Amino acid sequence: MLGAARRQLGSGPMLGQVLRRLRPASADAARGYAAAGKEITVREALNTALDEEMSADPSVFLMGEEVGEYQGAYKITKGLLDKYGPDRVLDTPITEAGFTGIGVGAAYQGLRPVIEFMTFNFSMQAIDHIINSAAKSNYMSAGQINVPIVFRGPNGAAAGVGAQHSQCYAAWYAHVPGLKVLAPYSAEDARGLLKAAIRDPDPVVFLENELLYGESFPVSDEVLDSSFSLPIGKAKIERKGKDVTITAFSKMVGYALQAADILSKEGISAEVINLRSIRPLDRAAINASVRKTNRLVTLEEGFPQHGVGAEICMSVVEESFEYLDAPVERIAGADVPMPYAANLERLAVPQVEDIVRAARRACYRAVPLAATA
Amino acid sequence: MVLGRNFEDMCAQMYYRGKMFGFVHLYNGQEAVSTGFIKLLNQPDCVVSTYRDHVHALSKGVPARSVMAELFGKATGCCRGQGGSMHMFSEPHNLLGGFAFIGEGIPVATGAAFAAKYRHEVLKQSGPDGLDVTLAFFGDGTCNNGQFFECLNMAQLWKLPIVFVVENNLWAIGMSHLRATSDPEIWKKGPAFGMPGVHVDGMDVLKVREVAKEAIDRARRGEGPTLVECETYRFRGHSLADPDELRRPDEKSHYAARDPITSLKKYIIEQNLASEAELKSIEKKIDDVVEEAVEFADASPLPPRSQLLENVFADPKGFGIGPDGKYRCEDPKFTQGTAQV
Repeated sequence: MLGAARRQLGSGPMLGQVLRRLRPASADAARGYAAAGKEITVREALNTALDEEMSADPSVFLMGEEVGEYQGAYKITKGLLDKYGPDRVLDTPITEAGFTGIGVGAAYQGLRPVIEFMTFNFSMQAIDHIINSAAKSNYMSAGQINVPIVFRGPNGAAAGVGAQHSQCYAAWYAHVPGLKVLAPYSAEDARGLLKAAIRDPDPVVFLENELLYGESFPVSDEVLDSSFSLPIGKAKIERKGKDVTITAFSKMVGYALQAADILSKEGISAEVINLRSIRPLDRAAINASVRKTNRLVTLEEGFPQHGVGAEICMSVVEESFEYLDAPVERIAGADVPMPYAANLERLAVPQVEDIVRAARRACYRAVPLAATA
Repeated sequence: MVLGRNFEDMCAQMYYRGKMFGFVHLYNGQEAVSTGFIKLLNQPDCVVSTYRDHVHALSKGVPARSVMAELFGKATGCCRGQGGSMHMFSEPHNLLGGFAFIGEGIPVATGAAFAAKYRHEVLKQSGPDGLDVTLAFFGDGTCNNGQFFECLNMAQLWKLPIVFVVENNLWAIGMSHLRATSDPEIWKKGPAFGMPGVHVDGMDVLKVREVAKEAIDRARRGEGPTLVECETYRFRGHSLADPDELRRPDEKSHYAARDPITSLKKYIIEQNLASEAELKSIEKKIDDVVEEAVEFADASPLPPRSQLLENVFADPKGFGIGPDGKYRCEDPKFTQGTAQV
């Protein structure tokens, strides 16, 4: 029942009201909750998820640059060094290949490392270990050695950080069999998916987004419970609609929701799917949605060629071709390394207007309905 | 050592007969290093190797028939035919691979050593002898790779129970160690990071064993890593596809005269530790073991088609494993809802 209620209501404030249990006022005051449901930032969501998983399982440990005394390069691991000590929260030298390999070796022996990359751009220095010693090991050893490791960190473009700090790696890692790739959007996603990733017995690449860390989202008490987790491989319908499906992940979900608001004023009801999981991709949910709306717009921040949108388009062509009333629209970042100048950077990343235009194109409408009435 | 040598010779024969395929890297000549080190280990100690890993697997206790079947690509191999010559894994023997990229095994080994220390200090699960030790085997070419230095640093920084064993056979495919390295004395790179660096004659199994004992005991006591450079030589080419034209014949004969097996045999006979007849009977036994391994591998079935898609994930459905250890999606009460409370 709860699951059904959640699917219908999406993640707006109504959710908090439906799921809020009656609590005595003193309990609320003691925990500092706002009466109409709590909001937490993505940063708090990640921090509490790490804290709870480390407390529940002593074999979980953190390793990365500045995760300890600096409290985390983006303060995600704040307070964890004080709570768990230097044996479980390890500040490493600047040695991505080395410490990623160390994490993999520790995971071979049954520990559950959470390796932080300051950004996923730096993971390219360690990509051999992520792919060759982590992703492929369960297969190469025929199931003898599984690797319960999580690689997490910010992914994608931030603001004005230039070409070498702005690439999106979703398509790169989602290409590899043996990896699970997750991309949370809201605080609920961040908490639930990180907990699921840490508990998962396979290597998980957890792509966060720096610009989302400070954003607040309403969360229910269920989300705040320490046993909360979300299933890996299931997308979420953030907003129901019937005219066009927009798939997105990470920060782009927020943009898609804004675009959907604009489109609804024009009479186009957009269904926004928050993919949550890039590998395995929730093809069932995407296809079910396209079979309902008959039009698809895929949205991502990364480079267009061989990107996530290309895979989604092919999945829909393979399974739901007869249901498509229009060609699939693909919105991606510009096919250039990220420029530095602020105006060029804005042009290189999808904006809400681009999403609205593409959705209109998919619906064959170039002018707002109101004008033709 | 005799098992290693005979096994590798048999591999060459099988390769030329077409039973084995792909990349096969043989260990002939280096047996003293493998035997000298690995025979000192216990079951929970770990070994991490490179693509030249057949004999490391045998020394660690993986049965010859499993290794041979793996090389033939049969379903009865130690990795059910999915790893192959370069990727030998055996969880019960704590053989953690088998890595094709040179330098890849060193951080993994350092991680296994980290896990041993973590188990001791954080999880409070100590073995009776001390810390479980990890041995990382790699070659001279690897010692110019960045990951090697990164791990020397971190292993010493965190005092991990690991021994870095360099099998310096002077050649990285066709690249001579002297042409590739600014300072060819690898053992000197240990003290640069604060750990002892030792050089040993890798063709003499007793000398190797002496050095190994000290290094392994050091690690077990928690005193940290050691870098051991073993001067050794491979009698065959880099792999069975290597024509081996660049190595000079006088270098090869110099090391062939120092063959570890003949040297040990001579020593045993001179010291009256065993008679010629006893040594011959050992060799006969080994011949039988290797023959049996080949017969077993020949008779074993190829992997079934269904095996192609197996074992990509430990948890393929991706919903996670519940507290009772079973896949959540197999629980009849599983609703595919978005939260588990």
